[in-house]
Amino acid sequence: MSSVNPVTPAAPTSVVESLRGSPRRRRKERAVHVVFFGAATMSVLISVGIVYSLVGNAIDFLQSVDLSQLWTTGYFPRRGLFDLKTLFVGSLLVTGIALLVAGPVGLGAAIYLSEYASPRMRRSLKPILEVLAGIPSVVIGFFALTWIAPNIVQRLFSDAGTFSLAAAGIGVGILIIPIIASVAEDAMRAVPISLREASYGLGARKITTSVRVVLPAAVSGIVAAFILGISRAIGETLVVALAAGGSGGSTFTTDITGPGQTVTAAIASLSFGSDQPAGDGAAFQSLYFLGIILFIFTLLLNLAGDVFVRRTRQRY
Amino acid sequence: MSATRTTIATVAVERSLAARKRDWLGQAFQVLLLLSLIVALAIIVFLLSNVVGGAWRVWHTRGTDFLSQGGSRQAEAAGVWQGIRGTLTLVVFVVFLAFPIGIATAVYLEEYAHDNAFTKFISVNIRNLTGVPSVVYGLLGLAVFVRAFGLDRNDGGGFTGGKSVISAGLTLAVLVLPIVIITSAEAIRAVPGAIREAGYGVGASRWEVTRMLVLPSAAPGILTGTVLAISRAMGEAAPILLIGANTGFFSSGNQDFVEQLRGTFTALPAVIFGWARETSEFRDVTAAAIFVLLVITVLANGTAVWLRNRFEKQW
Repeated sequence: MSSVNPVTPAAPTSVVESLRGSPRRRRKERAVHVVFFGAATMSVLISVGIVYSLVGNAIDFLQSVDLSQLWTTGYFPRRGLFDLKTLFVGSLLVTGIALLVAGPVGLGAAIYLSEYASPRMRRSLKPILEVLAGIPSVVIGFFALTWIAPNIVQRLFSDAGTFSLAAAGIGVGILIIPIIASVAEDAMRAVPISLREASYGLGARKITTSVRVVLPAAVSGIVAAFILGISRAIGETLVVALAAGGSGGSTFTTDITGPGQTVTAAIASLSFGSDQPAGDGAAFQSLYFLGIILFIFTLLLNLAGDVFVRRTRQRY
Repeated sequence: MSATRTTIATVAVERSLAARKRDWLGQAFQVLLLLSLIVALAIIVFLLSNVVGGAWRVWHTRGTDFLSQGGSRQAEAAGVWQGIRGTLTLVVFVVFLAFPIGIATAVYLEEYAHDNAFTKFISVNIRNLTGVPSVVYGLLGLAVFVRAFGLDRNDGGGFTGGKSVISAGLTLAVLVLPIVIITSAEAIRAVPGAIREAGYGVGASRWEVTRMLVLPSAAPGILTGTVLAISRAMGEAAPILLIGANTGFFSSGNQDFVEQLRGTFTALPAVIFGWARETSEFRDVTAAAIFVLLVITVLANGTAVWLRNRFEKQW
């Protein structure tokens, strides 16, 4: 030991003591350390709290309800009908429409900002996306209900009503444009300039360079952008609760021009304000069951998105 | 023979290099890309013009009366005062709970933690918490703050009082905590190592380096993150609605302050949600309430930008 580190035996204990500082200062250091550590464990406690509060009630729900009621004709919790496919298909339709809106717009914005815009253009265009990202979802919900539904959905589909899954989907799409754009832009900017130079050196045009070189190089980041967008779309509540109607329940539907219900909107319509069912009935506990489904879905999507984001960072 | 061939080749190359062919496809592509940003801008413009139009009509007919009235079943009498007060109270909870804990966590992760499995677990955990849908945080608040800490007493609620401002404030604090942590940690990471080494070099302890050098240097970045968190908290509707925010009329009577904290409450996003579901008579007041919410958010963001520019440091 001493042959490896010749300094240790040479240092007298008094020097070591004096370097350690006063005991009071050391005590303070340790106390501060403990406080910071305690703060950091709070986040773990919160996760445990989420899982614990959801799982317990969800299990109670599954035990109290007839399992055949999870696959019936519609979702009417107050009548004991908890058809999951109504909600899943609703969520799927809304997310699909949202991607149709946000995919092209978000990706287009990302390519423009990363490949075409000059630094000055970028500085003045980027705030558009930041402002869009800062608009609360309840506001987008109001917009989807009062503007998108009459002006876009009812013009495209003449038989569409005030409430429709299509309006909700477009609203959710608006919400996820900034997410898709910013994650995809980050991925494309991370592609090294040398790849673009090589492409130009071979005589490629700008469009060829962007589409055939930069996009494939950034593909995992773009996949991550879509995954994170999907995750956000599935978890979005207020837009669907306002624009898709379906308070109280919904029969199974695949019609995007009519009202419908998603997993989040089902939680919302059951629990908002004075409509909240009291006590520990199955209807109330179904909230937690839906909550844990939502939690697991989004968690898996976010983990997958994370993997893809990290892959772009590592490649170059 | 070979000389003529060279000439022909040279001419061909020269012509193809000199030809100013317009790249129509490339230009169309660029226009298409720009269009997607214009679509985003158009959405904002339509949305704002909608909101401002409604808000203007309300302002024109009612003036400041709209700001000072409480909720009502009649659109002509409904005001946002209770909503504004609720939102500001909730922000106070966020500021006093989420900010200290969040910044302390960020300091721990960046300055104190060893690179071990537990640290990695905490940071992965925090990243995942940011992706949890807000409605799930609402369920957490409903299960923990409203029911476990609230309704198990006979006198109408433990320390949170059930569906109260306290429950909603705690829930929102939990919701924005990961945002505060991540943005603060980024700001702290951006402080150059040389600053810390200089501190240790003159004999400062870890806490002294953190308090006197790292935190002041990271303050502008941390501030930006905290304001992001505040505007997120002010705009969230789903969690507070799950907690039981009132969407209609209620009277708080002449309760004292603590009773009000433990009693019925509302906040601007809940007011907006409630009115958006009402008949079309409520359109304009809803737009006006949205306008008030956006103004408060912009004010908060503006203050942050101003503060950041004032204290920003260049390394």
